[in-house]
Amino acid sequence: MATKILMPALSPTMEEGTLAKWLKKEGDAISAGDIIAEIETDKATMEFEAVDEGTLGKILVPEGTSGVKVNDPIAVLLEEGEDASAAEEAEAPKPEAAAAPASAPAQAKPAEADDMPKPDTTPDWPEGTKMKTQTVREALRDAMAEEMRRDENVFLMGEEVAEYQGAYKISQGLLDEFGAKRVIDTPITEHGFAGLGVGAAFGGLRPIVEFMTFNFAMQAIDHIINSAAKTLYMSGGQMGAPMVFRGPNGAAARVGAQHSQDYGAWYAHIPGLKVVQPYSAADAKGLLKSAIRDPNPVIFLENEILYGRSFEVPDLEDFTIPFGKAKIWREGADVTIVSWGIGMSHSLEAAEKLAKEGIEAEVIDLRTLRPVDYDTVLASVMKTNRCVTVEEGFPVASFGNHLSAVIMERAFDYLDAPVINCTGKDVPMPYAANLEKLALVTSDEVVEAVKKVTYR
Amino acid sequence: MAARKGSASGAKAGANVSAEELKKFYHDMLLIRRFEEKAGQLYGMGLIGGFCHLYIGQEAVVVGLEAATKEGDKRVTSYRDHGHMLACGMDPKGVMAELTGREGGYSKGKGGSMHMFSKEKHFYGGHGIVGAQVPIGAGLAFSDKYKGNDNVTFAYFGDGAANQGQVAETYNMAELWDLPVIFVIENNQYAMGTSVQRATKSPDFYERGIAYGIEGEEVDGMDVLAVKAAGEKAVAHCRAGKGPYILEIKTYRYRGHSMSDPAKYRTREEVQKIREERDAIEHVRQLLLTGKHATEDELKQIDKDIKAIVNESADFAKESPEPALEELWTDIYAETAPQNA
Repeated sequence: MATKILMPALSPTMEEGTLAKWLKKEGDAISAGDIIAEIETDKATMEFEAVDEGTLGKILVPEGTSGVKVNDPIAVLLEEGEDASAAEEAEAPKPEAAAAPASAPAQAKPAEADDMPKPDTTPDWPEGTKMKTQTVREALRDAMAEEMRRDENVFLMGEEVAEYQGAYKISQGLLDEFGAKRVIDTPITEHGFAGLGVGAAFGGLRPIVEFMTFNFAMQAIDHIINSAAKTLYMSGGQMGAPMVFRGPNGAAARVGAQHSQDYGAWYAHIPGLKVVQPYSAADAKGLLKSAIRDPNPVIFLENEILYGRSFEVPDLEDFTIPFGKAKIWREGADVTIVSWGIGMSHSLEAAEKLAKEGIEAEVIDLRTLRPVDYDTVLASVMKTNRCVTVEEGFPVASFGNHLSAVIMERAFDYLDAPVINCTGKDVPMPYAANLEKLALVTSDEVVEAVKKVTYR
Repeated sequence: MAARKGSASGAKAGANVSAEELKKFYHDMLLIRRFEEKAGQLYGMGLIGGFCHLYIGQEAVVVGLEAATKEGDKRVTSYRDHGHMLACGMDPKGVMAELTGREGGYSKGKGGSMHMFSKEKHFYGGHGIVGAQVPIGAGLAFSDKYKGNDNVTFAYFGDGAANQGQVAETYNMAELWDLPVIFVIENNQYAMGTSVQRATKSPDFYERGIAYGIEGEEVDGMDVLAVKAAGEKAVAHCRAGKGPYILEIKTYRYRGHSMSDPAKYRTREEVQKIREERDAIEHVRQLLLTGKHATEDELKQIDKDIKAIVNESADFAKESPEPALEELWTDIYAETAPQNA
């Protein structure tokens, strides 16, 4: 039977093209693989190969024709023994529909039953739990050690994590307890070991990949995002990367532009990742344990300045903090301050200063940026009618910008003032002590912002 | 550790191949070729979109290496991945339906040509970023070594990816930790439109492991028997706990880099000459006929069977519905790790 040769799509964006030249004429014999025409696409001039053999019965679109739509018949191919009359017949019926099935225009969206916030106010640990004082550093180490005892597939890899006991001593003692098989010093090769960690997670292990700082993870960000975060989706749920990428994030002190950056907003942008940025030692421990057990890739952003700070930590054999549950550190009726990580330090300090002036701030620690607990923030803003966000990162496309947008969409009528985002300044981090101080967000700036939204 | 020397000797062909296996090679290679030709047609009809990288010409590489594997071995590759999936036994229907972006595809239509996976067949993708699959492959090997089994991972990449920094990083770690990974460089001589000669002054990729202490060799990728023999040697090396191995397999891609490649960087004559003189499928066909291992009629029957499989996969790929709109919001986060389920 005579078949139609259709105008081919020869690039991802081609909808029509120019039939530049016929290289075969009517009556020519054609074998599969022969170049029969040259076609100009939106990108280039391409040779068009025959896929079947036969005789070129009739040319339907003469050379030089532009605007030929993809899938329009351009010629008729005759099989052995057919004559030109078959070409006429082949022209008559409608071209075979090659169109994909039509999809319904409606857009599926996750269900949103009720827009009113419903914050989870259950306590993180039972009342009356015995507490002990620990630094963030010790809490992180204990979290890893406990999870490594619990699951033999958990291992730690990174630069100086084993024999050196951690560049910031987070992995102190782990090599002694778990051995070199599970606590692995890597060469300085962030891109490579991040990718290797992803492969190990695909293979069924639970890697904890430590970056000496998240500044160095920029070398590895392709694997974090393209390989770890997207695989579950790209595989239709068949495989993913259950793993933790952790290390210090943000400014330390006087280490300059390349070593002082907050990546919270960067990673929070990515569907498929979970992003944790703890402030206290108890949260660092409970959230890291959740991160190690989580079946998804988790970005765990620590802070060098907080490593040495002491907090009360529950003295429990096993406790975890769930993701997506904010913590209210201080209740207040006049303004809501939302922060996370080191920003909590400035926020709580600001709240103290404000209290002395008679302004009662409610201070919320988001703890995780993805998933994020909108409900606790919204419920608070509906009570105080004012909000200030505090973070160390740059101001453009900051996480505070996102919170402002959500508050505007869901609590617009409750706002008595615009939301203010306190952030780091829009400059690379300077080295000079006085300039560095100026570049970072401070508790005084938070106080000033609160006064602005409370019109004092 | 003293650096071991790379060699260009290549493996000897012909040993330990039965008539049945030779026929299987012919079948498997021809299946890939006909499948890819059909994919090209469906692309031309607008049924397949985006990027589509065909494997035509390189069939002997995966088919030869798959012959050296056992159950449990893993494989990971780049975006030119259809051949690898068919060779490891994935269903042509599921692969073709993924190309058309349909519900019946391996990734429910959410991955596309470059992103397919099969837990069952230990196929770990399908990666669109050039070279990214190389450390991932080493990580898969790491997981097997960690668990203490003797599985081997094949990490396939091209001559273009061989120049990526993460490949050098991975060589270093793989040898440092004696990981059971075979680095398979499919040297088809062109990284998109840039020939090997225009990309490096060190074009012998099998020697690049020497700096890290990794043994390597060059293999004729148009000879499926040579590929199988080299694969067996590399596998034995890895299973014995001697660490990684590099196979640089010299092959040739007949089609463009992707469907939209006008291929102006090489002459039509160059392609034609290799097709006529070095074609891997024709080579096996001749071995079968001259060795009287198969008759023309038997081979015709194989051709016919393959045509039926490929047509069936195309029909399935056209008829399978587009994914339900709710699928937009699924598989972003896992409740339990899928590889442990």
